Amino acid sequence: MSTATDMLVSRKYAKRSGLAEIWYRLKTNKGAIAGFTIIVIILLITLYSILFIDFEEVTAMNAANRLQPPSLEHPFGTDDMGRDLFLRTLYGSRYSLLIGVGGVSISLIIGLILGSVAGYFGGLVDDLIMRFSDILASVPVFLMGMVIVTVLGQSLQNLIIAVGVTAIPEFTRITRSSVLVVRNQEFVEAANAIGMSNLAIIFTQVVPNGLSPIIVTVTSRIGAAIIEAAALSFLGFGIPVPHPEWGLLVSEGRNYIRTAPNLTYFPGLFIMITVFAFNILGDGLRDALDPKLKK
Amino acid sequence: MAKALFQVRNLKKYFKTSRGVVHAVDDISFDIEEGKTLGIVGESGCGKSTTGRCLIRLIEPTSGQVFYRDQDICQLSRAEMKKLRKEMQIIFQDPYASLNPRKSVLQIIAEPLLYNKIMPGADKFAIEKRVLELMDKVGLAERLINTYPHELDGGRRQRIGIARALAMEPKFIVCDEPVSALDVSIQAQILNLLKELQRELSLTYVFITHDLSVVNHFSDDIIVMYLGQIVEKAPADELFENPLHPYTQALLSAILVPAVGANRDRIKLRGELTSPIDPPPVCRFAKRCNYYNQDCAAGVPPLLEITPGHFVACHRIKPGSNTLVEAN
Repeated sequence: MSTATDMLVSRKYAKRSGLAEIWYRLKTNKGAIAGFTIIVIILLITLYSILFIDFEEVTAMNAANRLQPPSLEHPFGTDDMGRDLFLRTLYGSRYSLLIGVGGVSISLIIGLILGSVAGYFGGLVDDLIMRFSDILASVPVFLMGMVIVTVLGQSLQNLIIAVGVTAIPEFTRITRSSVLVVRNQEFVEAANAIGMSNLAIIFTQVVPNGLSPIIVTVTSRIGAAIIEAAALSFLGFGIPVPHPEWGLLVSEGRNYIRTAPNLTYFPGLFIMITVFAFNILGDGLRDALDPKLKK
Repeated sequence: MAKALFQVRNLKKYFKTSRGVVHAVDDISFDIEEGKTLGIVGESGCGKSTTGRCLIRLIEPTSGQVFYRDQDICQLSRAEMKKLRKEMQIIFQDPYASLNPRKSVLQIIAEPLLYNKIMPGADKFAIEKRVLELMDKVGLAERLINTYPHELDGGRRQRIGIARALAMEPKFIVCDEPVSALDVSIQAQILNLLKELQRELSLTYVFITHDLSVVNHFSDDIIVMYLGQIVEKAPADELFENPLHPYTQALLSAILVPAVGANRDRIKLRGELTSPIDPPPVCRFAKRCNYYNQDCAAGVPPLLEITPGHFVACHRIKPGSNTLVEAN
């Protein structure tokens, strides 16, 4: 029995899901493609730095090379300890990406759970979760970040947690509002009628249909998280020296801003470009996911 | 007479709102016999959909009993109810909103099979085979198996909804205005399909609609609801030949007659639906009734058997009289 009957009938017919259509619309959006390209380049830089630049190379001091202006040998110049700023900046990209993606993952997972439970069940559960989220949101972002880092100690991991926790209210609120839109639709009732459990309904029916605003928030929040982390590092609450985190590089260059502005400009430029790339990708996604823009 | 499949007793569903309690369904009782179709008719907001959803416990009734095969389903636990769900399904009004837009036809129809483990140990070939069977049964071409709801027209979508309901091999289906969102030409197709399926699978239907002309050829018995209460209940033929309640008469006169120059004496109702929020204990139709007099304020009229099998709730109609008391 190894004939055509063994093949799934559904294989015979083309499938054009909503996702394929979104990808098509995204491809035609110049901003999104530009953002996406920049992000890919930054990822390649990170990959290169992981493979070919070692920690020794970017932390070893060399007093003879102090504060060199940009040259062919040192494209971004050297810092006050004679370290090559170009290599340090490339090396630092991993921290920013890790903080952006890791921080947003934390807030996304927690926000998704809290928001969907609040939106789906409503009532007292909703009130409790949303008031908790309001309390969290009412604490200024940097104050919260500084408190978390101070309590937990300075490290990459704690910086990620600090950045992640501050964005939980935003994700909770966005998830809740999209769940509220979806949960009263008839297909949710239909799922109820076939005996699906609440949990299954939330994750197979409600969340996939309320995902668009969440995806958009994820991309733009990654940019915001990178900025926040850089700012915390700048203030001295980030990854401890000598790790070349971008915010820390900017902070170190601050003392020489009159004599050697390249020390601040180049890492700052990298922060700016990365954040910008994530933001325009987010904007492009928002347009691609909006069904009203369908032709 | 065979024992009824469903026995609904004093069913009530109240919704608390900030402006008061909405009496969506207010103390109604009726039976549904196996293999028959019960039509529930009424204008929007009269509680007919709420009644349908209470029958299969998609909404928890405020009070009252719903006996299914002599078992009060309102008292069942979640797990027991899940087992019963296989026997009772619902077809929704809006085929656009009732299908998950992110799932393909295959996934939508397979969902009830997978979640209820109706085919234990079945591999994806068996599941797909069953889905194709169901698609064939409701008249969907095999090539549509991978399409998404947004690619299909209303009639096809409604067929998907029907196939999904049939996947559970139910005994009882609530059809909640299944054709009111469709074009007239497609309405007939879907109605014929439902009728065929009923014959083939010996299904019991509750058919909810606001359109009496649809329910006419479809139902064995008809309940007319007004503001959460039953105002008239009769076998379909009897109701159409001899409508007694003033509201039913008005509804029947609103049916379009497809004949040139047809003599149409339409009974026009004045005013709007009175508010279902904390209604006073009088006849709820009184404010719009053409036969209103002071008797009508004497409490909510009980549903009385006027002639055998024909029940009416009106102060102006006395048992045995078989006609409406003339207006003064």
